Amino acid sequence: MRFDTVIGLEVHAELATATKIFCACTTKFGGAPNTQTCPVCLGLPGALPVLNKRAVEFCIRAGLALRCEIAKFSKMDRKNFFYPDMPKAYQISQYDLPLCRDGFLTLDCGKKIRINRIHLEEDAGKLTHSTGTERYSLVDYNRAGVPLIEIVSGPDLSTPAEAVEYLEKLQRILEYLEISDCKMAEGSLRCDANISLKPIDREELGTKTELKNLNSFKALSRALDYEIKRQSELLAAGQAVRAETRKWDEAKQQTLSIRSKEETQDYRYFPEPDLVPIELDPAYIAGIAKSLPELPDEKKQRFMADYGLPEYDADLITSAKRLAEFFEAVNAWYFNPKAASNFIMGELLRLLGEEQLKSAEIPVNPASFGDLLKLIDEGEISVSVGKQVFAQMFRTGAAPEEIIKAEGFKQISDETQLLAVINKAIKDHPQSVQDYLGGKEKAAGFLVGQIMRETKGQANPKLLKDLLHRELEKLKE
Amino acid sequence: MRRVSEEDVKYVAGLARLNFSADELRTLTGELNRILQYFAKLNQVDTTGAPPTAHVLKVKNRFREDTVEPSLPREEALKNASTVKDGSFQVPQIME
Repeated sequence: MRFDTVIGLEVHAELATATKIFCACTTKFGGAPNTQTCPVCLGLPGALPVLNKRAVEFCIRAGLALRCEIAKFSKMDRKNFFYPDMPKAYQISQYDLPLCRDGFLTLDCGKKIRINRIHLEEDAGKLTHSTGTERYSLVDYNRAGVPLIEIVSGPDLSTPAEAVEYLEKLQRILEYLEISDCKMAEGSLRCDANISLKPIDREELGTKTELKNLNSFKALSRALDYEIKRQSELLAAGQAVRAETRKWDEAKQQTLSIRSKEETQDYRYFPEPDLVPIELDPAYIAGIAKSLPELPDEKKQRFMADYGLPEYDADLITSAKRLAEFFEAVNAWYFNPKAASNFIMGELLRLLGEEQLKSAEIPVNPASFGDLLKLIDEGEISVSVGKQVFAQMFRTGAAPEEIIKAEGFKQISDETQLLAVINKAIKDHPQSVQDYLGGKEKAAGFLVGQIMRETKGQANPKLLKDLLHRELEKLKE
Repeated sequence: MRRVSEEDVKYVAGLARLNFSADELRTLTGELNRILQYFAKLNQVDTTGAPPTAHVLKVKNRFREDTVEPSLPREEALKNASTVKDGSFQVPQIME
């Protein structure tokens, strides 16, 4: 039997506001447990929530970037359930009137993935479970009340690769909008997946399972692969797939059932009486629309068109907004896009990785980097020396000229000086010269190597080759 | 109008983590059914053209600015907890 795979993703992103969604506690990550709480986010009796204006704005930014319709009238609702990370015994979320609905995101192949809705809600606290014989859990409410948006896609993804691409694109967009840190490792971006299989000749969707705990792109991809295999084996054997929630177990590399859908909780949603409805002025929404930055895909296309970058380069350089801005600043100073791109992809990203720096923390001045590219183009230094200079610029912040001077890196382009080294090499390696004259062109390469070593890599490579050939040809006569 | 059964009341009570004796269940079922009769009366009103009510107040758009204010000192936050450990609320282990 052959099956079509049907996948939909539910993505939660923590919003990068300064304060929580309903109170003025900080949202900073990593504080000592329970030092960022107040009567509102602890759910103490009588405490009243007030909605954070910026959280609403950020949700609308996401909605507009994902081509959603923004609701003229929206409200918050209560979702009731007991879990110790939720101190009020309900979560304030949005049920039937989300802020954004009916948008889409386009994959590279041109396929449109529908975004059914984006709504605003509050995050829960963090539970730490004891590992010893004494069984208890500890609750830290610092995260309780941090604003979240939940982005729900349509069941339009057909492969694990499409799901990964969708999530990568979504992450990139949210980062460009500067509304979320989107760090999967820190939990500021989280993903659940719904997946079902249907025989290719059928119309109706099969029974789906919901996958949780997909905390990395790898986990998402592997959990979906696993689930496709598991479900197709069941169906091929004539068995039914159970509607259930399954958790990805990283250690076991498999999904495990945690709750069947028959036990699905009855959340008894109702309008949140402590918060009044949201009625947005179209002028306010238009103002936000105007303030949206150029989005990743548009930037990538522009980088290919305006800078003539190959798609691979444009994709990598626009993967982070700050990196793209750095690239543009360099080219505004000195225009050589492909050379800049090569240095960024090869040297800069490696050095950032080594120092564990983010693209917002590039320690190189874009103008100095432009100067370096110019020095290379003018033949002052070779590309390989340029890489050493760049590494020093990265570490010390010094200007390229200073480093070249201090290290004596200047390229030797003086004919007299080069001829002296060339003639010494010819004298010191008669065998290679004989080989060359005997027709072994490759022997010249050995001589170039010797001369480069002698000049510490500073000989102008093109001039060196020209002069060497001229000298060797002379010997033929 | 559908009447609620004792089973319905038990289910709702379960969602709210409440336990009732057989007597209490019988009383509550009667009371809930009387309350539902009021709603049945409301349902007779013609509401054609009336927009759904999201809130009883006419007030809309009450927001706060995104400005940080001091949180509670941890001792205050944990003061009412029945058990405290390592600066956290300690609860019976619940795992999904």
